Amino acid sequence: MQLTNRSKKTDKTALTLAEKTYLPGIAAGLGITLKHFFSKKVTIRYPEQKRYLGPIFRGHHILKRDEEGRERCTACGLCAVACPAEAISMIAGERVKGEENLYREEKYAAAYEINMLRCIFCGLCEEACPKEAVYLRHDKFVPVFTSRDQVIYGKDQLVEDMNNRYERDAWTKEEMTKLWEKQQKVITQ
Amino acid sequence: MDIKPELFKVTIDGIEVEVSPGTSILQAARKIGTEVAPPAMCYYKPLEKSGGKCRACLVKVAQGSTNDPRPMPKLVASCITPVQNGMVVENFTNEQVVDTRKGIVEFLLINHPLDCPVCDQAGECHLQDFAFENGNGVQRFEEERRTFEKEDIGPYIQLQMNRCILCYRCVFTADQITDGRVHGVMNRGDHAEISTYIHKTIDNDFSGNVIDVCPVGALTDKTFRFKNRVWFTKPMEAHRDCDKCCGKVHLWYKGDEIIRVTGRKNQWGEVEDFICNTCRFEMKKTSDWIVTGPVNISRHSVISANKYAANTIKKPEFALDYAAEHYKKINDSRPYNKNLDEIKASEDYKTLMEQNENYLNKSQN
Repeated sequence: MQLTNRSKKTDKTALTLAEKTYLPGIAAGLGITLKHFFSKKVTIRYPEQKRYLGPIFRGHHILKRDEEGRERCTACGLCAVACPAEAISMIAGERVKGEENLYREEKYAAAYEINMLRCIFCGLCEEACPKEAVYLRHDKFVPVFTSRDQVIYGKDQLVEDMNNRYERDAWTKEEMTKLWEKQQKVITQ
Repeated sequence: MDIKPELFKVTIDGIEVEVSPGTSILQAARKIGTEVAPPAMCYYKPLEKSGGKCRACLVKVAQGSTNDPRPMPKLVASCITPVQNGMVVENFTNEQVVDTRKGIVEFLLINHPLDCPVCDQAGECHLQDFAFENGNGVQRFEEERRTFEKEDIGPYIQLQMNRCILCYRCVFTADQITDGRVHGVMNRGDHAEISTYIHKTIDNDFSGNVIDVCPVGALTDKTFRFKNRVWFTKPMEAHRDCDKCCGKVHLWYKGDEIIRVTGRKNQWGEVEDFICNTCRFEMKKTSDWIVTGPVNISRHSVISANKYAANTIKKPEFALDYAAEHYKKINDSRPYNKNLDEIKASEDYKTLMEQNENYLNKSQN
């Protein structure tokens, strides 16, 4: 008795001589395997290769410098007070004479620490910053750690390297939508 | 025959209040409460003759008095205008006042450097509050701001003339609280600046009070300079026996360390008991003080950000009410919840004890 019409009827006709040898079947199967040798791979070799995560991905924190290489952060503490995970702490220092090429303002962050175990990468510090100093990189993850003393990131890991400056493809929402549109065009072409 | 003091009836923003003659409109409004009190940048109640300079407290007088009900032609500075009987004042309800205040904010900020991220006053700055509450958040001023040369006025007080709004509070403080003023407003007009005459240092037992009265960050504590932001510190009420002043202060803690001592400010940001420099600058150990408890700080102040107290956590009242309405209470008392004597008298207990004894006897044999 047939209950549904979804079941498929098995082909119960006897096999031909060619089918009995299984050789055509094997050849067809190997053909499919061979085809995939030459087709484009869907996987990438992470971590050597990385996928593009978009211009607004929130990854590794960075303390930006300005065009002249001076640190932008003035240790105002707004990122720390905005941080819902209370991951940021800092100590302010006063700029002395001769340090004008190092720090932009008269006050600077003598120490700036982010506890990456606490950080939830929400980006509120970036939003709170009045000096456009702290950003979450779109191109770099915070790496996996193996011991607890590796998770508190100091200024040595956070401040931007002038030889390898961080550039983001889009900084604002408008720029981002434009970029997406451009990328969409490239994909459709 | 007892003489009843005559009281004036004043209506401010539709709220009637009775005050004694000679009271200013601002004081009458403050008597009603924070919701109608006009903002004040230069007026400081404990200081005589203060007020009338910043124009932040401008109000509209819609009716002069019962005898002369004509409105006043221009907006008046409420801090220096005495009340009349039957006066009707419009403050936040008048569109002209609200609009003018936006202009006042813009004027006060014309030469203000807006370096709040650097300034130590940020978080307890009256200009910040005033601009946030009354301004419209944009500035049309494009020209270069007026700047002054840095001046050193002593080891305790940091002068940042660029931030000054020329409220004269510190001048009145030096005149009325200390015995001898060495600083004042020099030059005129756009060049007016707070300065000591030919680079003197301000050195007086009560000179530190100019820090407390300064509504902006023009005069700040040098011992607190860049130590920490206000909202990361914890204010505590404390006092000590001081032969010069009342010794009642607020201690600002960072961890276990006192990083700043200030006078106690009331809800209008005014210090009533001025403190001496010894208390302010030299007593930076907890052992110097008798700490009585934490300072009560408004929940909306940035100083209470990231600090949690039991009284700020609300119970989910709606959920509890809903649960009480919709769920029957069950009797979860257990029948064996008896006292020890009753348990010992029970058959179960006796049989158990017998079994135990039998077991012990067996093992001994």
